[in-house]
Amino acid sequence: MAQRKADLIVGLFMVAGMAALLFLALQVSGLTPKSTESSYTLYANFNDAGGLTRRAKVSMAGVTIGNIQDISLNRETFQARVAISVNASVDNIPADSAAVIRTSGLLGEQYIDVSVGGDVASLSDGDTFYTTQSAMNLERLISNFASGQ
Amino acid sequence: MMQWLADLGRQGRELIESLGRSGQFLFGALAGVPNARVGFPLLIKQLYFVGVLSLAIVIVSGLFIGMVLGLQGYTILSDYGSEAAIGQMIALTLVRELGPVVTALLFAGRAGSALTAEIGLMKATEQLSSMEMMGVDPLRRVIAPRFWAGFLAMPVLAVIFSVVGIWGGMLVGVEWLGVFEGSFWGNMQSSVSFTSDVLNGVVKSVVFGFVCTWIAVYQGYDCVPTSAGISSATTKTVVFSSLAVLGLDFVLTAVMFGDF
Repeated sequence: MAQRKADLIVGLFMVAGMAALLFLALQVSGLTPKSTESSYTLYANFNDAGGLTRRAKVSMAGVTIGNIQDISLNRETFQARVAISVNASVDNIPADSAAVIRTSGLLGEQYIDVSVGGDVASLSDGDTFYTTQSAMNLERLISNFASGQ
Repeated sequence: MMQWLADLGRQGRELIESLGRSGQFLFGALAGVPNARVGFPLLIKQLYFVGVLSLAIVIVSGLFIGMVLGLQGYTILSDYGSEAAIGQMIALTLVRELGPVVTALLFAGRAGSALTAEIGLMKATEQLSSMEMMGVDPLRRVIAPRFWAGFLAMPVLAVIFSVVGIWGGMLVGVEWLGVFEGSFWGNMQSSVSFTSDVLNGVVKSVVFGFVCTWIAVYQGYDCVPTSAGISSATTKTVVFSSLAVLGLDFVLTAVMFGDF
């Protein structure tokens, strides 16, 4: 009888641990089962990638549609080449859309915002954004302003 | 001078010998998996002593640490008008660092010392040698269940600690200081990643559980079988475990979050 009681209590202890891990997964790290959705890759070249990091979000009209997979230097053009993974459900981004690096808030993290174009054709896996706009550089902005340009 | 050198050499040799014994001991305890029918009830019993009975101290400490983090974070962050970021601050601090580390320190003090004293007393009262006389391997019967229990209980305790701490932080931040609840959770969810934060924290606590339990059972098994020997072994357990946890934490943090 004592053994069965111990079994029960230890079982509850283990269940509490699993519930706690589940809480950390769902509520704290916001993990949703949907995140394994299939995706395709687009590329964008920027003159200045600024503080963009891997896994930063990619959004369209404020809705997250993907994330950044990789940032590397293109050794021929000396531009930053950013690989973007976009959810497969968003498969009709117009081909003349622009990738713009924006900052959330004044000091927040940087992300890529896709400004929608008007082309009938759409971007498909492996394509590169034609127009891009680099990160806003606060220091450059201030120095331009100070030198009156 | 010669005497001093000789002492130094002897101490060094004893240290290496002790390390060697603990390695053999670990192998003996891990390799000697008892058969499931006999071993499982023993493991459950130890899980009860090591894990369930440590819950109270872990939950109370977690709650207070979470509440302190909430208060401190609010005071500092509200200077910059970004008090909504306390959600991510509390969650990252707890999940990455404080959860595994503080739980391991509490575990060493609460469960590790008890393990050492229990095994040490078994040795002093010659229960271990009488088991050997009866043909029962004390490594299998006494050490292995305690070892596995500590190994399994530690991550569970650490995860519970983090959850209770986050709840305590929410209590202070959201309920008392009036941070908006949506941005509290939203900031937390956007900055905490399950694999690189939560799971790395669990890996840390698994490592700490392994090291703390190893030190505790080894110190008990290897102690001088007198009352003074048991007391010094218990002290050693707590001191060595704490140092090992803090040192290993640096190494693990450097490997996991150090970006190289």
